[in-house]
Amino acid sequence: MKAAIDRLTARAAEEGLLDVAYATADSPFGPLLLARTPKGLVRLGLPNQDADQLLAELAERVSPRVIEAPAQLDEVRRELNLYFEGKLESFDLPLDWQLTDGFQGRVQRAIAAIPYGETRNYTEMAIRAGNERAVRAAGTACGRNPIPVVVPCHRVLRTSGALGGYGGGLPMKQALLELEGIR
Amino acid sequence: MTALPPFQTLLDEHAENVMAVLRGAVGRTDAEDCFQETFLAALRAYPNLEDDRNLRGWLLTIAQRKAVDHHRANGRRPIPVEEPPEIAVTDPEPSDGVWTAVGALPPKQRAAVALRYACDLPHAEIAAALGCSPEAARRSLHEGIKRLRKELA
Repeated sequence: MKAAIDRLTARAAEEGLLDVAYATADSPFGPLLLARTPKGLVRLGLPNQDADQLLAELAERVSPRVIEAPAQLDEVRRELNLYFEGKLESFDLPLDWQLTDGFQGRVQRAIAAIPYGETRNYTEMAIRAGNERAVRAAGTACGRNPIPVVVPCHRVLRTSGALGGYGGGLPMKQALLELEGIR
Repeated sequence: MTALPPFQTLLDEHAENVMAVLRGAVGRTDAEDCFQETFLAALRAYPNLEDDRNLRGWLLTIAQRKAVDHHRANGRRPIPVEEPPEIAVTDPEPSDGVWTAVGALPPKQRAAVALRYACDLPHAEIAAALGCSPEAARRSLHEGIKRLRKELA
């Protein structure tokens, strides 16, 4: 049955019917959920997030043609593994930003531009997104980042230098910063 | 309308069932082709599906259509035989004409006949697949058979 489904998935991709391909990937923090569209990586679920819930959201917001297709995510998995081993500093993956828009989208794109091993604070992100007074909204936008790790919202801290929040839990944020040699 | 579940759910819950039904309908060798055709057709139509209450029935209805298509396509194609079989076949495949006639039935009757005889489903399952009452399924089946008898007489 697995062979039949693999063939089906490959044909679906060829015929442009695979709107969302997903797979899980191991990480030092637990399993990650990776989801991509033909445009690029659209969602990354952290270990403490409910995978079924994320898939249901993708079905509703992107397309119900959501299929588990690990081969479609080989490159994403490869780069993530290298990153977690400290051997990759900057991801070279196409991203699909369709789950984000407006001010939040601008904040998240600004986050994507923060270099490896550096941090910014929420105020700086608000300024980058074009509204220096929207510091709280910038914080919310970090929290709603659909593609964490690859879009490195863990590099955004409070102005005081405190960790702030993280969707994957503060220990994971701390560990990612340590991995990048920051603290 | 509630949002449709991820298509993967249909594969997880019904792929085995669809394959089993197709094996019964077209044989083990050809079941996989029909399986691919069934799920590709389902995948094409899925985003526009308006009623998600009976996804299994919807898939089985597509599967029976693919099984009928398969039988009709085979009917048109002569099958090369190297040597005549030595033993008389006790349970022959229905002749090609039967499936052509089945394919020409009105949709409900065609579905009921194919699900009963090609997919070997009981009346209750046919009803579930067609989204009708068991009585209505029985009626469609009966009318389909009656019409086939007349056509093939």
